[in-house]
Amino acid sequence: MRKNKVLSVLWLIPASWSLLRTMWMVFMHGFRKRETVNYPEEEVYLPPRYRGRIILTRDPDGEERCVACNLCAVACPVDCISLQKGEKDDGRWYPEFFRINFSRCIFCGMCEEACPTSAIQLTPDFEMGEYQRQQLVYEKEDLLINGPGKDHDYHFYKVAGMAIAGKDKGEAQNEEVPEDVRTLLP
Amino acid sequence: MATIHVDGKTYEVNGAHNLLQACLSLGLDIPYFCWHPAMGSVGACRQCAVRQYKDKDDNKGVLVMSCMTPAADQTRIDIDDEEARAFRASVVEWLMINHPHDCPVCEEGGHCHLQDMTVMTGHDRRRYRFNKRTRRNQYLGPFIAHEMNRCITCYRCVRFYNDYAGGTDLGAFGARDNIYFGRYAEGTLESPFSGNLTEVCPTGVFTDQSHSDHYTRKWDLQYAPGICHQCAVGCNISPGERYGEIRRIENRYHGEVNSHFLCDRGRFGYGYVNRADRPRVPEWTERPGQEAVTLGVDPALERITGALRQARRIIGIGSPRASLESNHQLLAMVGPENFSTGIESREQACLAIMNRLQETSGLPTPTPREIERHDAILVLGEDPVQSAARLGLNLRQAVLSRREELAEQIGVPAWNAEAVKTLGQDRYHPLHIVWPAPTELDSVAVARHALAPDDIARLGFAVAHAIDPAAPPVDGLDPASQERAGEIAVSLLKAARPLVVSGGSLASEAILEAAGAVARALSRRAAQGGLVLIRREANSTGLSLMGGQTLDWALDELSEGRADAVVVLENDLYQRLPADRVEQALARANTRVVLDHQRTRTAEGADFILPAASFAEGSGTLVNLEGRAQRFFRVFEPAYLRPETRIHESWRWLHTLAAGLRGEAPGDISLDLATRACAGAHPGLAGIVDAAPGADYRIEGLRLAREPQRYSGRTAMRANLDVNEPRPPQDTDTPFAYSMEGYSGFDRPRQQIPFAWAPGWNSPQAWNKFTDEVGGHLRGGDPGIRLIRPQPGHREYPDPVFDDGATDSSGLRALVLPRVFGGEETSARAEPVRQRMTAPVVILARPDAEALGVRDGDSLTLLGVREGDSLMLFGGPDITVSEQEDWPPGWAGLPAGLLPGLGQGATLTLGKPTGGES
Repeated sequence: MRKNKVLSVLWLIPASWSLLRTMWMVFMHGFRKRETVNYPEEEVYLPPRYRGRIILTRDPDGEERCVACNLCAVACPVDCISLQKGEKDDGRWYPEFFRINFSRCIFCGMCEEACPTSAIQLTPDFEMGEYQRQQLVYEKEDLLINGPGKDHDYHFYKVAGMAIAGKDKGEAQNEEVPEDVRTLLP
Repeated sequence: MATIHVDGKTYEVNGAHNLLQACLSLGLDIPYFCWHPAMGSVGACRQCAVRQYKDKDDNKGVLVMSCMTPAADQTRIDIDDEEARAFRASVVEWLMINHPHDCPVCEEGGHCHLQDMTVMTGHDRRRYRFNKRTRRNQYLGPFIAHEMNRCITCYRCVRFYNDYAGGTDLGAFGARDNIYFGRYAEGTLESPFSGNLTEVCPTGVFTDQSHSDHYTRKWDLQYAPGICHQCAVGCNISPGERYGEIRRIENRYHGEVNSHFLCDRGRFGYGYVNRADRPRVPEWTERPGQEAVTLGVDPALERITGALRQARRIIGIGSPRASLESNHQLLAMVGPENFSTGIESREQACLAIMNRLQETSGLPTPTPREIERHDAILVLGEDPVQSAARLGLNLRQAVLSRREELAEQIGVPAWNAEAVKTLGQDRYHPLHIVWPAPTELDSVAVARHALAPDDIARLGFAVAHAIDPAAPPVDGLDPASQERAGEIAVSLLKAARPLVVSGGSLASEAILEAAGAVARALSRRAAQGGLVLIRREANSTGLSLMGGQTLDWALDELSEGRADAVVVLENDLYQRLPADRVEQALARANTRVVLDHQRTRTAEGADFILPAASFAEGSGTLVNLEGRAQRFFRVFEPAYLRPETRIHESWRWLHTLAAGLRGEAPGDISLDLATRACAGAHPGLAGIVDAAPGADYRIEGLRLAREPQRYSGRTAMRANLDVNEPRPPQDTDTPFAYSMEGYSGFDRPRQQIPFAWAPGWNSPQAWNKFTDEVGGHLRGGDPGIRLIRPQPGHREYPDPVFDDGATDSSGLRALVLPRVFGGEETSARAEPVRQRMTAPVVILARPDAEALGVRDGDSLTLLGVREGDSLMLFGGPDITVSEQEDWPPGWAGLPAGLLPGLGQGATLTLGKPTGGES
């Protein structure tokens, strides 16, 4: 009986060892390299493909890339994008308004994947905190930037067959001159 | 019936179909482009290939185009055959090699048949590395946008436009790969059915320009089952709303009424709903001439009740463009003895005759679809294409169906469109038109007899007498007319199913009685005939079934001081009677309350305007010209995106107002209660309750969704107003939800379908999934209830009565001709329709033009109009003279809508613009 009692407290040995080892490890962490960043005094590194604040970009000629096709809006799982198509005098489609409700946005990047013109892009920026939720509703003025973003070369209207001022039918990539239906030549 | 074997399974199908139609009717998916249920097969696109086997032992088979192969008994085919699939994939790849990579900026994107078929065949990578063909576009007018790069040369556009709708100004130019679909020269497409090109074209070559001006993808629109309010045919439409505006009208398939096609007035005439000048809040003008003050709902109702309580007697003026529910609530508020239908007396008399004839003429009224099965037609005193455009298309098919009859005789199936067309050439079923001006149907008619209204009636009675000698003869008919009558009678008698078409366009009771006499004569002689009577406005039939005094009566009561308050429901009185008469009557009233969705002249002169709902924001019931009661449902809640609006249905306003007048708290009111109240009060309208399911209708416990599942932007579209989203509007009146949550599928049969969508089928071809067989009827039954049925019994012929009118030598008499664009009050306020209106023309006979000293192309001014004892003077607009060879002398043909309130037969004083009266 007595022997059994002695044996029953033997578990204290490994337990104490574990305790001491843990304390040692915690202590040693005091000398490791810090993972915590002293934000906001110190800047955070975000990889270029980080999915943060959404922007609308311009094509290499400085024109708005967005053609208001609505694909970003329909791809958005939380339905936080709404826009309206307009048409400029030169025949380009553009968004009359473009609104993203960032209080709903989950930064999933589906809009960027859906965009056929590389207009909508996610950026490595998450600093969007506001005291008033209403401020999280971004309009086109808040979204549109002055550059091509990550995609430097793509120019939708140079690929698409629709004619706009300055780019007639037949002048897009891989296009023949428009057919003359009245000719009899083979 | 025939038994066919598809992919090893056995099915029963209609043997008169081709394999493509049979398979689509079974719900099997075969990709196709050029075939269309209304236009048959031509085998142009090669997309619908399947493998056909000779018999059970044949395991090799051959590839055939399913649209060109009859669904004969014991046909064996494989759709899911490897070679057939590869073939179909190659065909789509060919069609796509020149496609311009512009889906993001294409209006068709999202409801594009080409997109659907490309996905269905699995073509997803471009392999062709060479240059693309390009083609220039044309300007085709305010309705249709053109982008020829997208063409896949299926020929559907010209087959619809030329062969089906009888247009002459769209064609295929060039040959082989150098081909062009357009007009010879740029310009407005002339056919009033051009809008159907947007749905017929499987790609984005022809798109809706009015939609493009405020474009929204199909998946982003909110829909409800609507009924077109622009004429009396009652076509079913799917109006689509986004951001508080109607953006587009699409055809909603109805197996008996409009099937696949709409007219351009219905499709593009919706713009009045979006007008910025619409009344959106109650307005109060304290004294005439003062600035109107806007009021809240309660203060407005309080003021109106206060004003109406002081009145000795309130006259209620209803409207044939408002729903039955609204008219009934007005009638209930003012009492039947104070209710006027708001229809001018002659038109109302004509409406009464038309209702009577539909019951007692002995011939039933065919549905528009049934019209197409008649084989001889007499159009008496009506221009169907202008007054009820969709019917004009049906009449055209009836005339063309001779080809199918001829084809049947030699065993060519009716769907083999090119063969049938080649065989038929210009052999048509006889169509006789009796109408003074040229019509769209002249090209397929035996003859058009240009007669004055009274002579039309005379000819009609003469035809009746020639068919049945028991019918009363017409005295003093000239031999030429006698001969014409004989010819018409013979061709009607030869037919198995003759059809008589007439209507109220000329406001002549004599013409209608004559049409009735022809119908009665035919009913005694022929086996199956039909009688179609065309009304003018969306709810003319319904209102005439409800009954009420005429508008003339209402104005007399007011101007003679027997009543001192008037409530006008969605009606611009100035459109119906001469302005001085209306003005005088309204000036005598102390209180003028107008409920309307448009800022009409009547509304502008009112003390109170209550903002009523149009077909887009309101629900109600209309009765079309065949007597079919159909319900339309509100598409959107206007206060959701514009919280300041106070738009409500007129029946809701009037119910609350009536309770206020009685000094009671307003009781419950809902669409179902309003419909039931109307049905209970008028025995002729008892059936309207069953016209559509009530608010408690559910499918699998679900409401019906107004929005497609992909509806986007819900959490952003209103975020500019407030980032806190309110609860979506709740709809207690209808079974529809303002949400994508709810039933929107096709596998449970239902009648009320806000929009057609099925997995893989985003284009209008998705309707195939909702019909019992492709091009047939909705599986849940075609919506609506017929209220007017022929009553059995023997009836005598009416005695011919002609209203020659006082022949006035001092001037020409007005003959107001209906017109598609501009002839209807509300659609004439829509911008594209305004652009499409033709310049006003006055048609004169040569002697009359000579007497006025003008020639074809000169200008005339209308100086005065005398109608009875009312005289109006105009400084009038300049109107171009058009001399017409066979025009009846003594009459001046003017387009409807040019001079509001101009009555049929009024005496005109015309003069040259420089002065110098005639």
